[in-house]
Amino acid sequence: MARKASRTAAGGLGLPDGLSGEDLLDLYGTMVLVRALDERVWAMNRQGKAAIVASCQGHEAAQLGSVWAMRAGAPAHFSFTYYRDLAVLTAEGLTPTESLLGFLAKDGEPLSGARQFPQHGAMPKRHVINLSNVVATHVPHAVGWALAAKMRGEPIAVAAFFGDGASSQGEVHEAMNFAAVQKLPVVFICENNGYAISVPQASQMAVKHVSTRAEGYGMPGVTVDGTDVREVFQAVSAASRRAAAGEGPTLVELLVERYLPHTSDDDDSVYRKRAEIEEARKRDPLAKLQALLLEAGLLTPQRDEQLRQRARDEVEAATDAAEAAPFPAPDDVFEHLFAPDAGQGGGR
Amino acid sequence: MSTITVIEAVREAMAEEMRRDERVFIFGEDVGRRGGVFLASKGFIDEFGPARVLDTPLAEASIAGVAVGAAMAGMRPIAEVQFADFVWPIVNQIIGEAARARYGTKSKVSVPLVVRSPYGGQVRGGLFHSQSVEAYFAHTPGLKVVAPATPYDVKGLLKAAIRDEDPVVFLEHKRTYRSVRGEVPDEDYVLPIGVADVKRPGTNASIITYGLTLHYALAAADKLAVEGVEVEVVDLRTLKPLDAETVLASVRKTSRALVVHEDNISLGVGAEVAALIAEHAFEALDAPVMRVAGPDIPAMPFAPTLEAAFMPTTEKIEAALRRLLTY
Repeated sequence: MARKASRTAAGGLGLPDGLSGEDLLDLYGTMVLVRALDERVWAMNRQGKAAIVASCQGHEAAQLGSVWAMRAGAPAHFSFTYYRDLAVLTAEGLTPTESLLGFLAKDGEPLSGARQFPQHGAMPKRHVINLSNVVATHVPHAVGWALAAKMRGEPIAVAAFFGDGASSQGEVHEAMNFAAVQKLPVVFICENNGYAISVPQASQMAVKHVSTRAEGYGMPGVTVDGTDVREVFQAVSAASRRAAAGEGPTLVELLVERYLPHTSDDDDSVYRKRAEIEEARKRDPLAKLQALLLEAGLLTPQRDEQLRQRARDEVEAATDAAEAAPFPAPDDVFEHLFAPDAGQGGGR
Repeated sequence: MSTITVIEAVREAMAEEMRRDERVFIFGEDVGRRGGVFLASKGFIDEFGPARVLDTPLAEASIAGVAVGAAMAGMRPIAEVQFADFVWPIVNQIIGEAARARYGTKSKVSVPLVVRSPYGGQVRGGLFHSQSVEAYFAHTPGLKVVAPATPYDVKGLLKAAIRDEDPVVFLEHKRTYRSVRGEVPDEDYVLPIGVADVKRPGTNASIITYGLTLHYALAAADKLAVEGVEVEVVDLRTLKPLDAETVLASVRKTSRALVVHEDNISLGVGAEVAALIAEHAFEALDAPVMRVAGPDIPAMPFAPTLEAAFMPTTEKIEAALRRLLTY
């Protein structure tokens, strides 16, 4: 386990270096918004409006703490994400309206033009590629992005977000091994919620922590509480600094909870006891951060309600905008197969 | 002009493009000090250094996957898969990911990547060092698949592939590496991907082929020429996108078509060519489209007799031509 966050920080918040009380409040505002958005799209799936949803509820502190930490630890960063990373995308600038355009498969969706599942595609100007939802294929992409940066001498840290399920894929092994051999600036961020759809961790791996594999690749590995933004920030910012300094990759395992089924098409009641989920809700990252901020006096109940109302309003307006938007025009289907003017290398 | 072999054409194309564009780098097993198992990058590490001639662990899935990521980031990787028989781990990355990157992001991401791989048999390679893998990739929208057979075409098309904005699977028939020589210009030149080439003009029948069997087709055409029969030989060079115009123009001229390739006969390039002809040039035909291709067995066996039984040879092509011409 990583060193616990310092208790000497101002206000008794136990904030790690580089994370201020204001940052924490800012992060909380984003978390409130993401939760409201996540709850909305799940409801819209049940209304028959959103075809497929993978909820990030329970992962928010891990994702937001990581984005704040990647920013803090390196002069520049880039993220390769997976299908449960709504909070990462929101923190990187995907607006609720843009998200909802994706969930409703509407024209103007910014990542793929609604060609892909919600949240998939790319927004490179906002430092994110989330190309596919074939599990773990993006992890070597993150390593390749880091290799390119190293070749060009760019001080960057590249985050590869993936789940415990993905950690079983051979491509993750190969990617980690190569990143370690070449000392590439990668932070491998495993959001471990204990389930690969229905398969519990005990049936996925014989080790207690994914992070223990790091030693086998010759890089540091840490496991922290992924529901506590302070622990997440400390571990990921250290890894991000290490990456940008040219010292190589780190594997950070964030222990999180998955409050909803794998996706809206899954029925978790056949493999998960309700009592287990209720117990997990005691670790709700949103409630934990709220309590921390209230206790420290950084947040008042009135201010909290204002934040929540603002999030609800924003999601409401986004829902209206997305519902009013048209679907993509059918003739769009043939576009973007190859570069438009491929020049001398172009085919017919 | 100078006369070089196919492997020299590969080497010259890569070296010239690496001198021209610092984003180009070579990535694969044994490509560094060893210079590649077929010596495609021989001497490169001395000229370009280990950072641009990068030896990888023995792990094809990540050779492809890391190269895809580097290409997304704006580099121009040339990934080498040592034998085409070892491409199956890259399918997830090349067919699954690279081919869909531009389409799935509306061009916000592209993958200017070349995957080079030696393929094909008649080198005593047995089941696992002789495979023809082109049909699997050619079936995939978003990929370009190139399989040239002469030094001139290899050099010009490999340079085009390296300059291309999209992923290209570049297949080099390993039997041609040192057995086929030809002239190449001394100055820089690039050939367009997606354009077939009439290697021999003729009026009585058309052979549509690519790869090693191009040379056997030309030899078979030579034999019939002695009897006054002029066979046109079309070298596809690029399998995806397929140059239907050149194929159809040839068949409309000769009215008889023989499709020849080393890959297994069923559901491959030959089937596609035959379908195109049937669909668009049916009225020009005086005979059914015929095919000479590898049989539907898993790959070319090791024993010389078995290998010969598999291979579409000059004799088999000649016999098929005679059937076609007398139909």
